[in-house]
Amino acid sequence: MKKLLLALIAAASPAAADVNTDAVMASRPPAHLSDFGFFDDLATMTPATGVTPYEIASALFTDYAEKQRWIYTPAPAPYSTEGALDFPVGAALIKLFHYGDNLIETRVLLHQEAGWKAYAYLWNADHTDADLKLAGADLAVDTPHGTISYHVPNVNQCKGCHVDNAGNFSPIGPKIRNLNVADQLQRFVTLGVLAEAPADAPAMPNYMDETVPLPERAAAYLDINCAHCHAPGHPADTSGLYLNWEEDRPVHRGIGKHPTAAGRGSGNLDYDVVPGDPDASIIVYRISSVDPGVMMPELGRTIVHAEGVQLIRDYIASLSE
Amino acid sequence: MKRLALLALAGFAAPAAAETFFVLPGPDAETQLQEALILAQPGDTVRLGVGEFDMRNGLSLDNDDVTIAGAGMDQTVLSFRNQTGGGEGLLVTGNGAILKDFAIEDTAGDGVKSKGVDGIAMLRMRVEWTRGPNPENGGYAFYPVQSHNVLIDGVVAIGASDSGIYVGQSQDIIVRNSRGEYNVAGLEIENSYRADVNDNILTNNTGGILIFDLPDLPQQGGHDIRVFNNHSFHNATQNFAPEGNIVGIVPTGTGMLIMANHDVEVFGNTFEDNKTVNLVIASYVEETDDPNYNKHPARLHIHDNTFGTGGFEPDTGEFGTIMKDIFGVPIPQIVFDGVMPLARYFTIGSAAGDKHSIHDNINNSDNQLYGNADFIGWFGLPRWLHSMSNNVAEHHAELDPIAPAVVTIRGMDVNDTSVWKE
Repeated sequence: MKKLLLALIAAASPAAADVNTDAVMASRPPAHLSDFGFFDDLATMTPATGVTPYEIASALFTDYAEKQRWIYTPAPAPYSTEGALDFPVGAALIKLFHYGDNLIETRVLLHQEAGWKAYAYLWNADHTDADLKLAGADLAVDTPHGTISYHVPNVNQCKGCHVDNAGNFSPIGPKIRNLNVADQLQRFVTLGVLAEAPADAPAMPNYMDETVPLPERAAAYLDINCAHCHAPGHPADTSGLYLNWEEDRPVHRGIGKHPTAAGRGSGNLDYDVVPGDPDASIIVYRISSVDPGVMMPELGRTIVHAEGVQLIRDYIASLSE
Repeated sequence: MKRLALLALAGFAAPAAAETFFVLPGPDAETQLQEALILAQPGDTVRLGVGEFDMRNGLSLDNDDVTIAGAGMDQTVLSFRNQTGGGEGLLVTGNGAILKDFAIEDTAGDGVKSKGVDGIAMLRMRVEWTRGPNPENGGYAFYPVQSHNVLIDGVVAIGASDSGIYVGQSQDIIVRNSRGEYNVAGLEIENSYRADVNDNILTNNTGGILIFDLPDLPQQGGHDIRVFNNHSFHNATQNFAPEGNIVGIVPTGTGMLIMANHDVEVFGNTFEDNKTVNLVIASYVEETDDPNYNKHPARLHIHDNTFGTGGFEPDTGEFGTIMKDIFGVPIPQIVFDGVMPLARYFTIGSAAGDKHSIHDNINNSDNQLYGNADFIGWFGLPRWLHSMSNNVAEHHAELDPIAPAVVTIRGMDVNDTSVWKE
């Protein structure tokens, strides 16, 4: 009944005419990206009506992959500063990972009756379509940073970052503070993506923006790269290290905090963050590593994010001892 | 299960029959296994063949009530020696998983981890770093964390650079009939509630059994833990924990260490040939500002244990040296650090409701049975006010037995042999 209603709403809304809403809501994911109808033309990534491109202020590092994002929603999400925006059932988030002309994968997050579902579609060699890949893959990819073994996550690994301890699956990037870029919120309201855009909406900076104070850049970097696990109620809260934007207790941000279950991830160091001493800080050791038993994040990168490491080093060096 | 079968016999439409996925060693084994773990539905079994499976990425199981079964801990081996991705060998986030009869070797990080699940059984498994003790080995072999209803039975853990069997921030736990060898800690229960640890063998580790509670974590205040009928002996492997890990404080040659925690009953165990000390009970050793944390142990009940040789060659690290300086050699069988809140230390001692009880232990060696090290006096007062004591009668509280742990997996009480046949 509800589905029918949604279908009627979708059909009635001219903004959503072209997307295959049945594919978005199907319990079994379609075999090809084209089946969703998110794009009028996959060759040019021309979005279908109702599919809106968007940007975020600070992005997760994924082996220097370039990313493009689109959202499709049957109704505007209510304004909220808590967590990711609550897009209604029927919504879809679409993210393309590529290196220049080399298209790697497009990941979709689909909001179904039973919750969000995540699937990865791998682009074929001719870039005519992308195919569903449930089990993940390791791909040799030539990038400006050398040939890497790019890892496409399997569906469980998707959950590894997107599911909280209560079992709720949610998007990570589209939080108000991370979407508050230039006039994007206002544009979202106009396009029916967001219900309202208050002038005082919070904003998180782009961590690469050097005009922003170092502590805020570092906090933004740690939030978007770490806090999907390192936050209360999320997979790595067992460590007591919380790197979400809101956390302000020094020990939980790692300052003078002993590791809990780091094993050799400690790198023979005593504290997560030692103010003034990046080389003595476990957090720097772990984000500088590509050893799977040491590296952080555990998933999503196979090479070091040199600029990110430098940012965190500079930040820790700037903290008074 | 039985009832389902009966219903089917009686002609009722049964739900879709449980499916079994077979995976054999081979070049596609990793993909096949991971796909099976994704596709398996509640009640299904993923059966692993005989041989060595070459795994490059960490495996994960998220669906509920799935069994992974091998042909035996020495017959079916998932080898991660070429691992390039994943923080552990196998991560379980689905409820009701039963893992049995296979081995995980040489993971880059931890061996098998369950996180946030209700119901996890690890049976007759082996997790090992085959090069032996090495600080480059992963931290934990068996690693249930924030999990409820945990059963670890008949497993073998070898070479972990932290703890072989480690249960953290969990509730309702049984660890039994298992062996920890050549780990820093053989077996550790940390920040956990309601655990039975029994009939395990801990030898050749740095320390045999650790019952710890640490601050600044989502679950703390570990309590209601029974440790019984275990054999912790000859734990003589030099501590090889990477620095920074709390387990690095454990002196080489420790039979058992209880730090913080309340309501712990230790009985019927045998401790022997642990060269620094057979059993230590202590407060948390580091500074902490956590207002929700109690660093002092309470209501420890230690009775009817057997102590053999021990304390004959204390570790030369900080902790071992202090004990040697205070007690001389041999170190007493049971060492109490004597630490308590200062206001109590200078007045009446531990609060009435917090007092310990130590009685009816058998001492088969020439050591003193008991020693109160009085660390507060040793570190905080002029030396002439320091008062070491060998009077075990100072711990004589009336303590009730702690209730046995109850572990229920897929609706089955694992102690009820009429339903639990794994």
